[in-house]
Amino acid sequence: MKDEVESREDRVGKLKGLGCSRKRVEDARFTQGKGNYVDDIKLDGMLFGDFVRSPYAHARITGINIDAALKVPGVLAVLTAKDLEPLGLHWMPTLAGDRQMVLADGKVLFQGQEVAFVVAEDRYAAADGIEAVEVEYEELPVLVNPFESLKSDVVLREDTVDEDGAPKDGAHGPRKHHNHIFTWEAGDRDTTEQVISEAEVVAESDMYYHRTHPCPLETCGCVASMDKVNGKLTLWGTFQAPHAIRTVVSLISGIEEHNIRVISPDIGGGFGNKVGAYPGYVCSVVASIVTGKPVKWIEDRMDNLMTTAFARDYHMTGRISATKDGKITGLHCHVTADHGGFDACADPTKFPAGFMNICTGSYDIPTAFLEVDGVYTNKAPGGVSYRCSFRVTEAVYFIERMIEVLAIKLNMDAAELRRINFIRKEQFPYTAALGWEYDSGDYHTAWEKALKAVDYEGLRAEQAQRIEDFKAGKTRKLMGIGLSFFTEIVGAGPVKNCDILGLGMFDSCEIRIHPTGSAIARLGTISQGQGHATTFAQILASEIGLPADSITIEEGDTDTAPYGLGTYGSRSTPVAGAATAMAGRKIRAKAQMIAAYLLEVHDDDVEFDVDRFVVKGAPERFKTMKEIAFAAYNQAIPGIEPGLEAVSYYDPPNMTYPFGAYVCVMDIDVDTGVPEIRRFYALDDCGTRINPMIIEGQVHGGLTEALAVALGQEIAYDDMGNVKTGTLMDFFLPTAWEVPNYETDHTVTPSPHHPIGAKGVGESPHVGGVPCFSNAVQDAFRPFGNVHTNMPHDHWRIWKTAHDLGLHG
Amino acid sequence: MGKKMHIQMTVNGKAEEFLAEPRELLIYTLRERLNITGPHIGCETSHCGACTVTLNGKSVKACTVFVAQADGSEITTIEGLGTPDALHPLQVAFKEHHGLQCGYCTPGMITRATKLLEENPNPTEEEIRFGMAGNICRCTGYQNIVKSIKAAAAEMNAAKEAAE
Ligand code: FES
Ligand code: FES
Repeated sequence: MKDEVESREDRVGKLKGLGCSRKRVEDARFTQGKGNYVDDIKLDGMLFGDFVRSPYAHARITGINIDAALKVPGVLAVLTAKDLEPLGLHWMPTLAGDRQMVLADGKVLFQGQEVAFVVAEDRYAAADGIEAVEVEYEELPVLVNPFESLKSDVVLREDTVDEDGAPKDGAHGPRKHHNHIFTWEAGDRDTTEQVISEAEVVAESDMYYHRTHPCPLETCGCVASMDKVNGKLTLWGTFQAPHAIRTVVSLISGIEEHNIRVISPDIGGGFGNKVGAYPGYVCSVVASIVTGKPVKWIEDRMDNLMTTAFARDYHMTGRISATKDGKITGLHCHVTADHGGFDACADPTKFPAGFMNICTGSYDIPTAFLEVDGVYTNKAPGGVSYRCSFRVTEAVYFIERMIEVLAIKLNMDAAELRRINFIRKEQFPYTAALGWEYDSGDYHTAWEKALKAVDYEGLRAEQAQRIEDFKAGKTRKLMGIGLSFFTEIVGAGPVKNCDILGLGMFDSCEIRIHPTGSAIARLGTISQGQGHATTFAQILASEIGLPADSITIEEGDTDTAPYGLGTYGSRSTPVAGAATAMAGRKIRAKAQMIAAYLLEVHDDDVEFDVDRFVVKGAPERFKTMKEIAFAAYNQAIPGIEPGLEAVSYYDPPNMTYPFGAYVCVMDIDVDTGVPEIRRFYALDDCGTRINPMIIEGQVHGGLTEALAVALGQEIAYDDMGNVKTGTLMDFFLPTAWEVPNYETDHTVTPSPHHPIGAKGVGESPHVGGVPCFSNAVQDAFRPFGNVHTNMPHDHWRIWKTAHDLGLHG
Repeated sequence: MGKKMHIQMTVNGKAEEFLAEPRELLIYTLRERLNITGPHIGCETSHCGACTVTLNGKSVKACTVFVAQADGSEITTIEGLGTPDALHPLQVAFKEHHGLQCGYCTPGMITRATKLLEENPNPTEEEIRFGMAGNICRCTGYQNIVKSIKAAAAEMNAAKEAAE
């Protein structure tokens, strides 16, 4: 047999398992224009629905007249809150325990809010119908600033007060004010105050992490099709969590869950935008029930930027204390979180401020306290994790800025300050002051490697020279060195403390091995570009010894896939990846028994070797997994059921904590405010590396989204609550022209509790990248007295910083 | 609703003829009327390039061309660039160099890149970055897209040389 002469290395190579830069199986269809995204779906008689939206940020609705719209050729129906009310669907629950209007119920709370849903034969007829709907508004005072909102007499949400106007308790406890949503605390307030008041050095900073938006290239959308004959509802859509959507649809519509099939087809990027449930989904379902026809709803870009899923909008105040020689002793953080008109944040239920309490970062900080106040304003709802795990981006930005601010106060090098405060390797597993147990890390090694790779000392010398030259009038360009060291917290999460709407955040994998030795595996997650069909097959290949090329991965159809909580917060590899490995191990356990039977030895006398079971001590006696698969279907083996299948539901014992060290070198033209990124070095430690090519791609993409957020991307409002950045003309998405080449690097510190040691990587570059770009800008101005300026550092703001520091003469 | 116009066009080598309102946008014509769903919609304001097609030899954004303007034209979309058995070198290179992730920008990217390489068969990295700046990708950070286009250019030039 040819197989016998094959070396072990060749056999490993053939599997294309863990660690292989396997080319992506998804790419054939995408490169040939054969992807199947939601807007590509066409069904017989399909209608198109679209919204009449509010031009006002805060207004009472005194009348809606749909008569003229119904006369527009091609328009079939116009839904308003009145039509949804009898069904109890004019409001819907949000993921954060609040409620949100599906269609304006008497008033609107943000510009762009959904007022009526026009259902027509096609998009053009729907647009004509929208024009013809007459809505009468009575303007109300607008609150776009959360601090003013907390002082205002204006009650934004009548459902938050009782008959006497006193604030009622919210989903997360008492309200301090009628426009207040929740207070969330972590850590020890009194000790922290005491430590800070007694400290040798205290640095303080206010920072605003501006509102932005995930803006995947494909907007949100769905197709709802109610089959009245069979009583089955099928819902295709851009869902990052199809099973959760099915359960939510069942709960709010009353349709039994087995009669609902949710399908996520190919998704054109998500980045957190596609986690939530939006009015468009509810209206499409209702419209399909009303008309008896399939109804499609697709956001346009303005709808997307103005209404679905903003991110960030955190006003943060920090105090950090240290000894004179730089050992950090305490950290205090207060956040005023602007949640817009409805609290629709996509966080695990018990975490209304997400994992903001990872804000002690990578440092051994003995005492800390965090307090977050959520506030209603006249802005769009959302608060999603834009390429991050539940507010981790905010937390890492906060601590990485506080470190810089402290370094200035101490007159110390910021790299050195980090080094002396890192959690040491031997301290893992490490319990942080705000409660999380970090699984593993080796921060010092990563930091040294990064600083060495960029010749940190050389860079600082060059920078010093540049400052001399600048002062001597020889150049108008400053040089900034941005540092960041981040610890992420991903893989939500353990069912004991992580759920969404009561659904535990486990995930799942089901494997079927076919008789001829190929397989299909289905998961509860859904790829939006991460390449799951490629990487999950690699995990399995290594676990079950069948080539990745012979394993089909399927996700996103709730009728076939096992229940899972979906893909966001870098949870796919930590949770579903673990389920995949565990299910693979069940397959292997059964395969071992079959192999032992075929080889006529005891189960314990065979062992797994790459793609086969061999008799211990007699490697020439073996059965390949392919042979075992066939035997599972064609032999009557005493005591063993036929077939070779397994399913695993994995409840992770802990989160995983990827980390990384980034350095950015930037030249800044003080007269134009244009930053030029000269170099960006990114070292990521995501534990065991499944597919280095895909990891690198994720890092490039995450860094580019970080560049966008740090250097210009924002959702800005004027005082009237008008969105000023509602198109791609004003909302910054970097092109190939603005983006540098990145240098990637890695260390490998496996997660001790994950079956294959993997930690997840999709969001790290974004989380670590934002403070790195921002620190580079701020570092350039540090010698001239800059302590902190807020993002986004667009050209004008950079110019303004230079101007305010007197650098324009 | 406006009066319908009689429109003729050739799309990926196939003659098409139909009646359409002049306000109909070319991207709609392609995707909804002709079932050519490779070109995508990302903005409808000419910013993202997801809808890029080749119209009479030029890269255009089909979201901001009225079908009336495209009357009598010749159009190539991603579907017209290669076949499963004979892929365009760019289609091969994007896979080989991980030039895509979610794939949503990819048809527009590749279609634009075919024109770029026609206009400039040997572009520098800077020329590629400039020439592709009308096409936004939210996933890849462009580094591997640039790499893919460079590789495809080398491949195409080598093939040309071999043929000469
Ligand atoms: S959809 Fe045409 S450029 Fe964006
Ligand atoms: S691959 Fe997702 S937008 Fe380019």
